[in-house]
Amino acid sequence: MKPQPHKPPLSGTQIVDEYFIENRTRLLEIAAFLDRVDRMDPTVRSRDFRMKAFIEAVNALGAMPDRLLQIQMILSDPTIDPLDRLDRKSAIGAFDPSGHPEARS
Amino acid sequence: MRYIDHHAHMVSRTTDDYQQLALTGCVAVTEPAFWAGWDRSCGDSVEDYFRQLTEFEPKRAAAYGVQHYSWLAMNPKESDDRELSRDVLKRIPKFLDRPTVLGIGEIGMNRITRNEIATYTEQVELAIEHDQLILIHTPHLEDKLKGTRISIDVLTRYPELNPQRVMIDHAEEHTIEMIRDRGYWAGLTLYPQTKISPQRAVDVIEKYGPDRICVAGACDWGPSDPIAVPRFAVEMRRRRHDETLIERVIFENPIRFLSQSPKFKVTISTPEPARIG
Repeated sequence: MKPQPHKPPLSGTQIVDEYFIENRTRLLEIAAFLDRVDRMDPTVRSRDFRMKAFIEAVNALGAMPDRLLQIQMILSDPTIDPLDRLDRKSAIGAFDPSGHPEARS
Repeated sequence: MRYIDHHAHMVSRTTDDYQQLALTGCVAVTEPAFWAGWDRSCGDSVEDYFRQLTEFEPKRAAAYGVQHYSWLAMNPKESDDRELSRDVLKRIPKFLDRPTVLGIGEIGMNRITRNEIATYTEQVELAIEHDQLILIHTPHLEDKLKGTRISIDVLTRYPELNPQRVMIDHAEEHTIEMIRDRGYWAGLTLYPQTKISPQRAVDVIEKYGPDRICVAGACDWGPSDPIAVPRFAVEMRRRRHDETLIERVIFENPIRFLSQSPKFKVTISTPEPARIG
């Protein structure tokens, strides 16, 4: 089924008027988080698979179009095989490619 | 404003939350069977939970003028336990004739193990055998894409299953197309951090249109919001969408899906809750 968009009533400028401040805040929170991690241990960003994915996702903010879809895919498990046994009870937010060398270039 | 929340774990919530639902125009909630936050020790424990869902909770909701319906299942978080799952599945049929049970749910996967897929498949077959609606949980975070794909793959093995009788819940931007392209309903879950925000949910409506999309709060024992659906409505108004579209998404669409069960009594002419407390 093809998407049948519902045209947003607001113009681009109106969207910026409405949402700029709250997203400015979010942007600063992300910057503060990255600075905080670096301040504690600058090697974490290159060692921790979650941070690697996070930084790749931040870099995708500069891409166009469909940034959100790109980021969702960066943070997703791209494999297709089920686990043979339960490893833990919950997801943790990013895919760990160790053990899946084929999954990430 | 009238609305229906098709996914609310009310056994975990206080009566104050029912009051909030009633005050904000909630006409009905549907409650899928889910994980208690810890693993149950036996089938008897799950059966007592089914009794709570089908006997006690509808009365608690009715005190606030809110209709309460339920879905029964072995929940995904415990479905890797095959022994418990088999026991629970044997117990479900005797509850299916109860007047507020709408179908089998929430079924699906958690970490996408072979055992979870086996339990999920058996529950799909149970729903088909008893002609029940199906509500599917899709996994969280990095597991959502893979879990949604495999959930759909299993469903497509059953050509007798009408996709319009299946809602695939917790959809996000990267899964909604595969859900709707195959004719299923998509649920957007307005849940902090691990699912979708009201702002992103409105984006999805703008991008894909409102057909076969419902929104729910999925409030439970974790940090969550029993009145997430009216917050979505407020966000729609913030974008200047008209009330007709808002009512379609939060009231008419869930009626269209849920009314496929003859037990679901809410109609388009049902008024807002008239009695509170």
